[in-house]
Amino acid sequence: MTASAPVTETGSDRVETTAADRASRRGWPGGALVLAALVVVPIGFLAIGILDPETEVWRQQWDTRLPGQLVDTAVLLVGVSFGALFLGSSLAWLVSAYRFPGSKAFGWLLVAPLAMPSYVLGFVTMSVFGFTGPVQNQWRDWFGRDTWFPEVESIGGAIVVFTLVLYPYVFLLARAALADQAGSAYNVARSLGAGPLEAARRVVIPMLRPALAAGVAVVMMETITDFATVQYFGVDTVTVGVFRIWRGTFDRDAASEFATLVLVVALMIIGLERIMRGRARFGEAAGAAAGLGPRRLEGGRAWAAFAVCGIVLLLAFLAPTLQLVSWAFQEITGPRGTPNTERFLEFLGNSLQLALLTAVVCVLASIFIANGSRFVSGRTTGLAARLTAVGYAVPGPVVAMGVVLSLVALDDVLEGIGLGLPGTVATGSLVGLVYAYSIRFLAPGLNAIEAGMAQVPEEITASARSLGARPATIVRRIHTPLARTSVATGAVLVAVDALKELPIALLLRPIGFNTLPIWTFNLATESRFEQAALPALAIIVVAMIPVALLSRRLSRGAERA
Amino acid sequence: MTVTPLRLDAVVKTYEDVLAVNGVHLELAPGELLALVGPSGCGKSTLLRSIAGLVAIDTGTIHLAGALVDDGRDHLPPERRAAGLVFQEHALFPHLTVADNIGFGLRDLRTDQRQTRIDELLELVDLAGFGDRFPHELSGGERQRVALARALAPSPALMLFDEPFASLDHNLRIKLRHDVAAALKATGTPAVFVTHDQQEALAIGDRIAVMRNGRIRQLGTPAEVYHQPVDDFVAAFMGTASFLPIANDATTVLGPIDLDGAAPADAVAMVRPDDIVFTASATGEAEIVGAAYHGSGWHLHARVHDGVDVYFTVGHLDAPAVGDRGTLALTPGHCQVVVPRR
Amino acid sequence: MNSTTLRLVLFGFAASVGSLLLSACGTDSEGTIQIYTGRHYDLEAAFEAFESEFGIDIEFLEGSDAELRERLQAEGDDSSADIYMTVDAGNLATAAEQGLFASLDSPVLDAAIPAELRDPGGSWYALSARVRTIVYSTERLAPDDIPTTYEELAEPQWKDRVCLRTSSNTYTQSLVASLIANLGYDATLEVANGWADNAHIMAKDGILLDSIRDGRCDVGIANHYYLARKLAEDPDYPVGLVWANQNDRGVHVNLSGAGVLANADDPELAQQLLEWLATDGQNLFVDGNNEYPVNPDVAPETLIATEFGVTFEGDRTNASEWGLLNAEAVRLLDEAGYE
Repeated sequence: MTASAPVTETGSDRVETTAADRASRRGWPGGALVLAALVVVPIGFLAIGILDPETEVWRQQWDTRLPGQLVDTAVLLVGVSFGALFLGSSLAWLVSAYRFPGSKAFGWLLVAPLAMPSYVLGFVTMSVFGFTGPVQNQWRDWFGRDTWFPEVESIGGAIVVFTLVLYPYVFLLARAALADQAGSAYNVARSLGAGPLEAARRVVIPMLRPALAAGVAVVMMETITDFATVQYFGVDTVTVGVFRIWRGTFDRDAASEFATLVLVVALMIIGLERIMRGRARFGEAAGAAAGLGPRRLEGGRAWAAFAVCGIVLLLAFLAPTLQLVSWAFQEITGPRGTPNTERFLEFLGNSLQLALLTAVVCVLASIFIANGSRFVSGRTTGLAARLTAVGYAVPGPVVAMGVVLSLVALDDVLEGIGLGLPGTVATGSLVGLVYAYSIRFLAPGLNAIEAGMAQVPEEITASARSLGARPATIVRRIHTPLARTSVATGAVLVAVDALKELPIALLLRPIGFNTLPIWTFNLATESRFEQAALPALAIIVVAMIPVALLSRRLSRGAERA
Repeated sequence: MTVTPLRLDAVVKTYEDVLAVNGVHLELAPGELLALVGPSGCGKSTLLRSIAGLVAIDTGTIHLAGALVDDGRDHLPPERRAAGLVFQEHALFPHLTVADNIGFGLRDLRTDQRQTRIDELLELVDLAGFGDRFPHELSGGERQRVALARALAPSPALMLFDEPFASLDHNLRIKLRHDVAAALKATGTPAVFVTHDQQEALAIGDRIAVMRNGRIRQLGTPAEVYHQPVDDFVAAFMGTASFLPIANDATTVLGPIDLDGAAPADAVAMVRPDDIVFTASATGEAEIVGAAYHGSGWHLHARVHDGVDVYFTVGHLDAPAVGDRGTLALTPGHCQVVVPRR
Repeated sequence: MNSTTLRLVLFGFAASVGSLLLSACGTDSEGTIQIYTGRHYDLEAAFEAFESEFGIDIEFLEGSDAELRERLQAEGDDSSADIYMTVDAGNLATAAEQGLFASLDSPVLDAAIPAELRDPGGSWYALSARVRTIVYSTERLAPDDIPTTYEELAEPQWKDRVCLRTSSNTYTQSLVASLIANLGYDATLEVANGWADNAHIMAKDGILLDSIRDGRCDVGIANHYYLARKLAEDPDYPVGLVWANQNDRGVHVNLSGAGVLANADDPELAQQLLEWLATDGQNLFVDGNNEYPVNPDVAPETLIATEFGVTFEGDRTNASEWGLLNAEAVRLLDEAGYE
């Protein structure tokens, strides 16, 4: 008899729970809290300053920059959210519900911009479309020096660029949801006489809400924590302000206090996402329901659909990539020739290693947390899950500094009792880097996996438990296989973010450890765009691999149903 | 020694701010099939989940197969309870074959033993040869049979059904309920069967528990519950009933009634549709105000002069019309039942 | 995913974890100089030359000045870095104030580098000069119209005709800090107000120069070597340079400099490198990026010598003085509403 054998005929007047039962009951929420603490503590280290606020700095900022920054931040967030939501969901719908030339290919190609780091798109856009770029210069040649051209270095320009880079998050999650569950509900609605748009509006969108909410939350976090891309466009957000204070006044305490402002906004975003998500509980398990039966589009409408998808792909991915290829070509055929292959492979290997480690850590943690609320009722796990999102809401350098400070503090404590960590664990090894990356990128992975778990009906979990399976077995044999699409999505989102990541790597990497984004950044900082093009392209190509794999699996999943 | 499969004592559970289960006492006899009925929101599902261990009770005790599984403080998780679960739908593991589904609770057995048991169960539910199919390849009825087989596979001490046939069509429902009852009897497995369909409860339950607002209103055999309801709610829930006021002289429109000590003003008389005989008569005190054709006959609604509603049936050969008048009488050999007035 | 992919992933993970654990145990290799540097000029000839001449390896960690300094502070004794090198004086001065540097006693360095370009206490030394001065359109400005002082750009006649770099950038902050050191807070605030009114604010010097070329503005302030790069690519680039404030305090000379860290594992080797960079290696160091040498005995490279001139009057205020005013400068720019 194994430990999970059912209890019968004890004749005892006590409930015969075993230590394993109790451990399981406490383990899930307890473990989730530990993970949340690992995320929150390093950030808390920095944010602790808010308890003793530097009111002078606050007053000075409020008198000068802060109101404008708050407005800019709000406008940017709202603009990008709506843009990404609209673009992502309508494109997902278009390629799922209809067949038109290229619709299958677009199904996975439209995810491509995920591989494009926003700062790359930022500097490419600026170089090409900015005042000093070839497009505007040609425009002025044709139409005269003072003819109007939209101001690219503006908040509008930033909104467009962010939307193009970030809509794939919404697209990806919406597509996964459409593939898994909304399909049969839509068919039912259509069979009851609703037209396609009405069925979409009244049936599909409510069921997509968790996925859309998760996608928009990710988009907002990425926007608010960005500080490189926004500066290309002259947008002064709160995050930019944090760095101006940090690097300009060398007042880390004041800067971290302002960083908590970013945190507060992010917490509001998280709260908003919870509300948007509603209490979504049910869904038909993948494979049990038919996906959408796509309708064939004819004639003009078919080509219109093609054009829409094509234009988005062109603007968000193809055109910038072509520009990079052109620059890379110029560079290779120029005096400097191709860059050192050995270095290139080394940086590539480093980037991949980092991404892989981070993805595995984040996926495991996410599976643990997402399953926690299934097995133990109560709010603790949910709270822990929301707390882990904090890491995503904080700009990279803040996370990095938090990790350094907390690991250094830990090292001091350990040395005090005679143990001490070897060398500098925080900055001398990959441990600090992977830790910081995991803090930073746990949230998108968790979001995706939670959305996937939400689609697993409770009856399945209940049935499995009644059949004597322990939670760990259920996670391994039932939940994770059923949610495998969203687990893969989560892994890819984390890996791609890790591949593109810049500020944490800059700060925490061991000496001699460089990644592709760092190489690109060093060159782009000096406006050496031709030289930066090749490593930038390398990032895109490498990031495309997991993205493409995931997309193909999504398309295949949708078709199988 | 035969063990009581299930015993509930003073179980209370508040669920999402509602007192879902409000002091329930229940004891199951070995091999018994108890039907648990009630309107939506009466707490039957919550009670079932408490027995299964999906929900922890607030106070009271639950003994399952002779073991204390929940006493309001400690709570044995579902995987350690000897109860099998069958849900309305969505419960089969879609990524596993029928055989793997059924075998899921048999992981402790050796492969050959497990295979034997799976085959046994497929036979039991009349799905021999279906082992390699996947759930999405099955019809609704077939899926529910697999769910039954899966739950029965580890030979649980108690089976729990949560409205398992609610999403199936009428004829299939009738066939399956019969098959399930037969399978349970064949294996001697006791069961609690939650349903909102009174017909179903009457058909398969050895006993019926009628729930309302978290309490069990009546617990008895189908005949008792149907013909001797303890109040008008149970009466009306278990089937169409007519409630006749009792005059001071202990009579109703259908004739005299034995009050057995109850005061006329505190009671009404209950009769079922087949307890009434209608004779057409132009001067009758009852007027037909509604008629519904049911194939084998008509279900009629008549109103008696003082505003009392009466429901009865006639055969298909007697074609009544709305507006016809007639007299009412008690069917020979049938009784009126005294029911306390609420 | 199928089991092959899963196995590959797990193998990769195991390998990574292995190397991760191994790397945690390794630290500094003796006989190697490790530099935390804010310079991003890829492989610099000077360091390669030093390596081959003396057989001493040099390792770099590139980053931004501020973040590297934060990291050094956090790492404390555990840090493996020997030298902290920056592209701006502000963080050098702050690092000195925070006690990160060792005080060097180096007659070589004292002789090679002018007093205003090194820390009086021997904590850090400038190794190249980066002059932030006035640039203008050669096509649209007559010689008489070319502005000669920074303050002039705040005057009303330059409204909408000036391109300036964003306040987030250290070069802007250092310039303003030097103005505060020379003119005082209030006078500088007036100038900044004027700039804020007149200027288009740009994210990069390269874009700033191109904006002048393309007609968005007629004048601007930029680091000299950015213009040198443009001229190297296109000798006809229509933007010229003039040294600001030659008739009073002199043009603002920012610097790229370095100091030996107090916790250095190889302080002697580090000092040797700095001394070499300031003397024999000076040309190799500055020429690659068209910077001006700090060593008065070393001639600037040809392009900047011919295009901009060999000498200029530089502001003699010690860099550490205005370096420490960086925070003031940021506050001033906030107050002026300078973007």
